[in-house]
Amino acid sequence: MNFLLEGIRNGLDLILNKDVLFILKTSLLVSISATIISVLIGIPSGSILTIKNFPFKKIVVALINTGMGLPPVVVGLVVTLFLTRNGPFGFLNWLYTPRAMILAQVIIATPIITGLTYASLQDINPELYRQIAAMGATTFQTILVLSREAKLSILAAIIAGFGSIISEVGAVMIVGGNIKGQTRVLTTAIVFETNKGNFDIAIVLGVILFVMSFIVNLALTYIQLNRVKQIRI
Amino acid sequence: MVLNTAQNKFKLHFILFLFLLVLLLSPGCVNKNNNDIILATTTSVNDTGLIDVLVERFHKKSGFTVKIIAVGSGQAIKMGKMGQADILLVHSPEDEEEFVKQGYGLDRTTFMYNDFVIVGPENDPAGIRGAKKADEAFKKIADSKVLFISRGDESGTHKKEKTLWEKVKTKPDSEKYIETGQGMESTIILANEKRGYLLSDRATYLSLKKKIALNILCEDEKYLRNYYSVILVNHNKFPKVNARGAKILFEFLLSEDTKNIVENFKKREFGQPLFHYELSIRRN
Repeated sequence: MNFLLEGIRNGLDLILNKDVLFILKTSLLVSISATIISVLIGIPSGSILTIKNFPFKKIVVALINTGMGLPPVVVGLVVTLFLTRNGPFGFLNWLYTPRAMILAQVIIATPIITGLTYASLQDINPELYRQIAAMGATTFQTILVLSREAKLSILAAIIAGFGSIISEVGAVMIVGGNIKGQTRVLTTAIVFETNKGNFDIAIVLGVILFVMSFIVNLALTYIQLNRVKQIRI
Repeated sequence: MVLNTAQNKFKLHFILFLFLLVLLLSPGCVNKNNNDIILATTTSVNDTGLIDVLVERFHKKSGFTVKIIAVGSGQAIKMGKMGQADILLVHSPEDEEEFVKQGYGLDRTTFMYNDFVIVGPENDPAGIRGAKKADEAFKKIADSKVLFISRGDESGTHKKEKTLWEKVKTKPDSEKYIETGQGMESTIILANEKRGYLLSDRATYLSLKKKIALNILCEDEKYLRNYYSVILVNHNKFPKVNARGAKILFEFLLSEDTKNIVENFKKREFGQPLFHYELSIRRN
């Protein structure tokens, strides 16, 4: 019995240790911030694409669709080149900070949220736009009305965006540098520990990542399902 | 009119939200750049945990925060050439000399060493166990067509391995020569799975020893000694380098404090020190 208790205690020590909590906090801070910023850019952009007509619109939409599959390592590389001390944005001193990681993740998640928002707004009856326009609404007001109409699909877009960056490892590894106590997040810590042959710690971190991701998605899904109920009533 | 007030309200909320967001993002990444020192270093001092101990001590003493970027020596030197690091801790003597000669680095000082060992599977199909000379062992490995795992990442260890192949004027066939392109630890783990031979620094090998079935088969105290140097990145060339912080870290690495930490690092755990401290005359 003793070894069992000891195993559980060791496992708990592993989870509740200060370093792991810090890694967890950094992961959440970076990915949630990046999701919020991507939502602020992506939903209005997706809406504007829907309601406005402009030259080369198809090309822009195709570019955004391509961006939905942007390889994170390439994003990491490009962000690094821009942020390096002697690069164009070197004066910001952002490389190897959580800010650089947020920036890289915003670049990954924004096309996903924009693209999915655009796609979901296609399903709305075009009569609605005409009505809104006829009532003399500004672009801002139109976006608000439209996003309320398509809120379920937009929530799905947010979930997809968050999911793509919380699980992402290539970009944050390059721009963050996996620095202990500063830019180490769950995914980079898993790579680091696996490289060291510490499979036990790597597995615990993997489980934490999964549980965390599940809780955030559960919360978002609850909101989504509650909305569905309201609509049915 | 009604619409307009609603619109203003939303705009107000939106701006407020952005403001809160900026506040949320601020902690942890406040601009305190003068307190940050970027140290580009090799994987061996990072994976063994030595650099964490040194940096923690340094932080307590000086208040500086050190950002450790652990890559191979080759890449660390490249970071120095781009002015992206403030100070380097590397082990690739020829590259270091060139780096300083070209005006990128200052005050190169060798202060620590351990040695490389040739590691391989227990049954030793190449029969190198007990070989006294590293080149002898390498020749046997190439001749007996056994699997050899290389870092392949231009790191100090990889450079050393390449000079050895040059010395024996032969190399394993390409299908018997695997380049991992990864750090020392991942490479050892891979070699363990594939039952191959490889060149490793002793410190990293010892820290993994319990998890793997590879043995030290050849030691060559003379030829395989592995010197670590610290180099300041030239702040005249790269004005953005944190010269003051780098200098203070430099002095700390050459101090008695560091000597004590290095000599005693994990000594009890492994029955032998992983690194030896030996301050040599400043060569450049």
